[in-house]
Amino acid sequence: MQIKTMATYAANGETPEILFWVGCAGSFDQRAQKITKAFATILDKTGVQFAILGKEESCTGDPARRAGNEFIFQMMAQNNIQLLNMYGVKKIVTACPHCFNILKNEYPALGGNYEVIHHTTFLQSLIDEGKIKMKEGGVFKGKKITYHDSCYLGRGNNIYEAPRKVLETLDAELVEMKRCRSKGLCCGAGGAQMFKEEEKGTTRINFDRGHEAVDTGASVIAANCPFCMTMLTDGVKETGKEDEVKVLDIAELIAMNME
Amino acid sequence: MRIVQELLFIIAFGMAVYLFSTKVRQIRRNILLGRDKDLNDHPDLRWKNLLLLAFGQKKMFRNPLVAVLHFFVYAGFIIINLEILEIILDGILGTHRLFVPVLGGLYPVLIGAFEVLAVLVMLGCIVFLVRRNILKLRRFISKDLNGWPRSDANYILITEIALMFLFLTMNTADQQMQLRGSEHYIATGNFLVTGSLASIFNHMSDGTLIAIERTCWWLHILGILAFLNYLPYSKHLHIILAFPNAYYASLEPAGEMENMPAVQKEVQLMLQPELAANEPAPEGIPKFGAKDVFDLTWKNLLDAYSCTECGRCSAACPANITGKALSPRKIMMDTRDRAEEVGRNINKNGAFTDDSKTLLRDYITEEELRACTTCNACVQECPVSISPLDIILQLRRHLVMEESSAPAEWTGMFSNIENNMAPWKFSMDDRDKWATEMNQ
Ligand code: SF4
Ligand code: SF4
Repeated sequence: MQIKTMATYAANGETPEILFWVGCAGSFDQRAQKITKAFATILDKTGVQFAILGKEESCTGDPARRAGNEFIFQMMAQNNIQLLNMYGVKKIVTACPHCFNILKNEYPALGGNYEVIHHTTFLQSLIDEGKIKMKEGGVFKGKKITYHDSCYLGRGNNIYEAPRKVLETLDAELVEMKRCRSKGLCCGAGGAQMFKEEEKGTTRINFDRGHEAVDTGASVIAANCPFCMTMLTDGVKETGKEDEVKVLDIAELIAMNME
Repeated sequence: MRIVQELLFIIAFGMAVYLFSTKVRQIRRNILLGRDKDLNDHPDLRWKNLLLLAFGQKKMFRNPLVAVLHFFVYAGFIIINLEILEIILDGILGTHRLFVPVLGGLYPVLIGAFEVLAVLVMLGCIVFLVRRNILKLRRFISKDLNGWPRSDANYILITEIALMFLFLTMNTADQQMQLRGSEHYIATGNFLVTGSLASIFNHMSDGTLIAIERTCWWLHILGILAFLNYLPYSKHLHIILAFPNAYYASLEPAGEMENMPAVQKEVQLMLQPELAANEPAPEGIPKFGAKDVFDLTWKNLLDAYSCTECGRCSAACPANITGKALSPRKIMMDTRDRAEEVGRNINKNGAFTDDSKTLLRDYITEEELRACTTCNACVQECPVSISPLDIILQLRRHLVMEESSAPAEWTGMFSNIENNMAPWKFSMDDRDKWATEMNQ
């Protein structure tokens, strides 16, 4: 596989169909890198012409903005927008709902106007177009999968169905947690909580959610966000069920089940 | 005698309206202490929200049983107000059931319908009292409501039951008097509920019945006027403010955070200093984020006055569920309490005089603000279109940008972003390591 950067495309006077915005977690976090690779593999196999920004990509500024530091957010955002506009980027796909939300909803006010798509929605359209062919029999056939709505995809942007539609193609049994869709419980990472210790309380948010997810009896918890991934993995560990219950990103599930 | 009653009524009514309108003006003034924000775009979408969220109570239907009961109480209350119009006119003009000749056969049908609603209102209020005081739902026993707010909720439910009881008793006595062919009690025809209750009063003398009917009439209308003046001090102000609050609700995706044009400009000039030459010098020192009610938007303050203190937000809040100090309901109650305090200060001094207090710290602590995951559950659940999150984020902005007050891990995260373009301390060169690995 040859993953090219925007710079390479630009040097050849070409523009790719989409920019894959990898995000900081997807780039640096070891667990999230696997999600990135899975999604890149899907893009490659389905013949989508895509590029990454590579070393030129910077943090969107999301954690800084949500923590209250508007200056750092503005610095990051304005630099990113300058870069994206320079490359003439039109369409962005990202596997992180935080990047998705901020690029889609908050960059336009600063002059960054792009069509921004979350990878679960993108996967759904690839499936609808018949570009993704599932393996005969399927890895997840008959298994129970539960889906965790991330806050920034769900309540933040009203995307509840696309990820579920994608999961349905796995031929697995989809079981919902009691708190799902717009009532979904946060994993505890948003609003820059990922980067600090939780405040004093009776339990951790991800322990609560981990228990709820494990209690569905599912063997797979499907996530759509690298931060939920970290939180839920720890939450499942807390229940002691980490051998039986796996937390996997929707892109990983599809990549595993693809021909 | 009749003229005395009329006079007394006009005085009571006039006083009630005067007191109410004074308080309403004060609340309006307090709300407008907030900074300006233009929320007049897309009137079509806004009207739709008003119809769906306020009239239709869409969010209440997340729990259908409670929604139906609440709908009875709310619809009952609004519709029965048509009857109040007649009562007020009767009071001023010294008439009795003024609308009978006007409405004719429709009159008993209407009153009958109001009576059914009155029974439903009573039923709803009783169930709500049980839910609050006997079933002890978590969001109702929460310490957020300790003291006055808990009594407030009960007072209003009991008052509504009492008002409905008075209304029905009045009609029952009236129906009995009609059966006896009393001249003053104009024949209306049978009322659906009290028509069949009238026989309860069979054994009573005319004098007793008239006394009952008149007492109920007076207590009922005085109760309503008292209720009207209690509203602005109570969480029940939502029965009015839920409507404008739905109209002015945010139309943006919930995940979107408000931009700060002042910071945007400043950073722009930093990154492109060549633009600075054409820039007018900024007026005064801009304030970042919110420390007190004056720094919040007027919509935030309207939110605070609209809050029903129902606690649906806190019941869904991941921080609150896991025992953190944060409760979005308390954020709203604190904001209203502070706005009221500032309002009293203005009433007393003519203009706001520094009281060395602020919303931040004197009401809302840093610990509460730090616990928010910006998950939007509170915004999603709120039946009256309130965003506690918007206030939390503005207070956080103040903490970080005006006071440089942030947990050490956040300070580290900020400098990582600034220096390494990522919230963690990784080398920028490794950003595409995963791709290099795949390209091999
Ligand atoms: S946005 Fe913050 S306050 Fe609101 S429910 Fe989520 S964590 Fe609680
Ligand atoms: S903010 Fe909304 S949900 Fe929360 S207590 Fe007030 S009215 Fe209820």
